[in-house]
Amino acid sequence: MSEHPKDLFYTKDHEWIRINNHKGTIGITEYAQNQLGDIVYIELPEIEEEIDAGDEFGTVESVKASSAVFMPVSGTVIDTNTELSEQPEIVNEDCYGDGWMIRINITNIEDKESLMSAEEYATYLEENEE
Amino acid sequence: MSTTLLSTPFHDLHLKAGASMVDFGGWHMPVRYVGDKKEHLAVREKVGLFDVSHMGEIEIKGKGSLELLQYLTCNDVSQLQDGQIHYNVLMSPKGGFLDDLLIYRRATEDYFVVVNASHQEKDFEWITKQNEPFGAEVHFASHDYAQLAVQGPKAVDVLEKITEIPVRTMKYYWFTEGECLGVPAIISRTGYTGSDGYEIYFAPEHAEKIWNEILAVGEPHGILPCGLGARDSLRLEGKMLLCGTDVNDQITPLEAGLSWIVKLEKGDFVGREILQRQKEEGVSKKLIGFEMLEKGIPRHDYPIIKENQEVGIVTSGTLSITFNKAIGLGYVPPQFAKIGSQFEVQIRQRRALAQVVKTPFYKIERTS
Repeated sequence: MSEHPKDLFYTKDHEWIRINNHKGTIGITEYAQNQLGDIVYIELPEIEEEIDAGDEFGTVESVKASSAVFMPVSGTVIDTNTELSEQPEIVNEDCYGDGWMIRINITNIEDKESLMSAEEYATYLEENEE
Repeated sequence: MSTTLLSTPFHDLHLKAGASMVDFGGWHMPVRYVGDKKEHLAVREKVGLFDVSHMGEIEIKGKGSLELLQYLTCNDVSQLQDGQIHYNVLMSPKGGFLDDLLIYRRATEDYFVVVNASHQEKDFEWITKQNEPFGAEVHFASHDYAQLAVQGPKAVDVLEKITEIPVRTMKYYWFTEGECLGVPAIISRTGYTGSDGYEIYFAPEHAEKIWNEILAVGEPHGILPCGLGARDSLRLEGKMLLCGTDVNDQITPLEAGLSWIVKLEKGDFVGREILQRQKEEGVSKKLIGFEMLEKGIPRHDYPIIKENQEVGIVTSGTLSITFNKAIGLGYVPPQFAKIGSQFEVQIRQRRALAQVVKTPFYKIERTS
C-alpha cells in the first residue's frame, strides 16, 4: 500500500501534514476517510486559535459517529477550508488535496520529529490493521 | 487475541462484495458496501437488500403458548389473527424492556417470535425459565433460519419475481408461509426502515442462491446490498427504536411513547403494576424526536439543556440523509415534550438549539 503521498508526515490517529517552512496544511488520511464512511459534517476551529500538538482541532462526523481530529504539531490556525461546510464529502473524495482542513503557522517545529514518514505510516497501518 | 465472531449464512458473500465488516453484538456484519448515503437513498428511492440473519427466532407452541406470551409481554397477543404480526415488548419485572420483538401468529397455539440479535440467548433463557407454570414448547430456532430484508418502493416488484405469494396485496404487519425461489419461506410485510418492504425467512442452506437471485432480479430496479450503517440511519428516520440504545430495562414502554401497545386490560403480566402506576400518575420522562436548528449532530448520551440545566438526554442522533438535516431521539420531562418546544443539545464544547418535531421523521402512505 504505497499511495501515501511521500511529501507528507503522518500521525498515529491518521492525520497528515504538509510542511512548507513554518507553515503546515493538515487533513486526514485515506485510511481515516475510508474507515469513517460518508462524511456528513465537519467542525473546524476558528482562525487565530492556538492549539498544541496532540490536542483536538476539530470533529469529523459520519452518519454513525463523530471523530475528533488532532494536531500533528503545535500551531496557530491561519486558514480553514470553508468548502467543507457545504461539501464535507470532498474529504472522502480527495483527502490529500481539496479535502485539506486547516492551515497553520507552526509554533514548535520540533514536534515534527514525532511524526511518521509515508513509509513508516504504511508499516504502521500494516501492523495495526485487522 | 480477538474472540471469534459469529457469521451469518451470507458472510462470504459480503466479503466477496467488498463490504466493510464490523463486530455488531458479537456478529461479523457488513456495515457498508458502496457507502452509507448511496445505500440509504437506494432504500428510499428504489430497493435495498439487507442480511438480517443475526436476528434471533424463538418458536413457542402448544398448550400454554398464548398464556406464556401474554404473561411476558405488554401488548395483547390474543388480538392477533392467524397470519398477523405485532410489535411487542418482553417486559422486565421493573416495567422496562428486556427486549422489543415481533410476534408472528401462525395459529392459536403456534407463535414465531423475532428478537434482537444481541439479546437472543438472554431472551430464550428468560422465556424458558418463566415457562415453568405454563408448559408450552419453547424452541430456540435461530439456527434454522436465514433472514433477509428487501426494502424500498421497488421491493414489491422484486418480491413478485421470486414468489407466487401475492405480496402486492399482503397487508402491512401480516405474513404468509409459502415458497420463495422454490424454497419454503416465511414472507412478511415488515421492516426496520420506514419504507415499504418485506422480510424473508428460510433455511440457511439456501442463502447464497436466494441472495444472488434477489440481486439479479433487482438489478433493473437499481437494487443495492445495504449494511448496518444504512440500516441505522433509515430506522432512525422511521423512529424505530433500538433496544439497548433508545430503550433498556430502566425505561418503560409508556416513557418510550408506546402506549398503543400497552394493554393493561388484558390481565396480569410482568411489570404491569409499574405501567398501571405510570398510567395513573404520569411519566417523569418522555421519548421525543427533534431536529437541530443550529449546526451540529446530536449523538447518544449528549445532554439536553433547558435554561442552563441538564433536563434530558439524547439516545440516538444522525444527519438525516433523506432530509439533509440533523435529527435525534431523546428523553425530556413531559412539560418539554410538546411539538415545537425548543431546547439545547450539548454537543461537545458548545450548545446548539433544537426543536421537538412530529415523528416519525419519515413516513410513507400505506395503501394496504
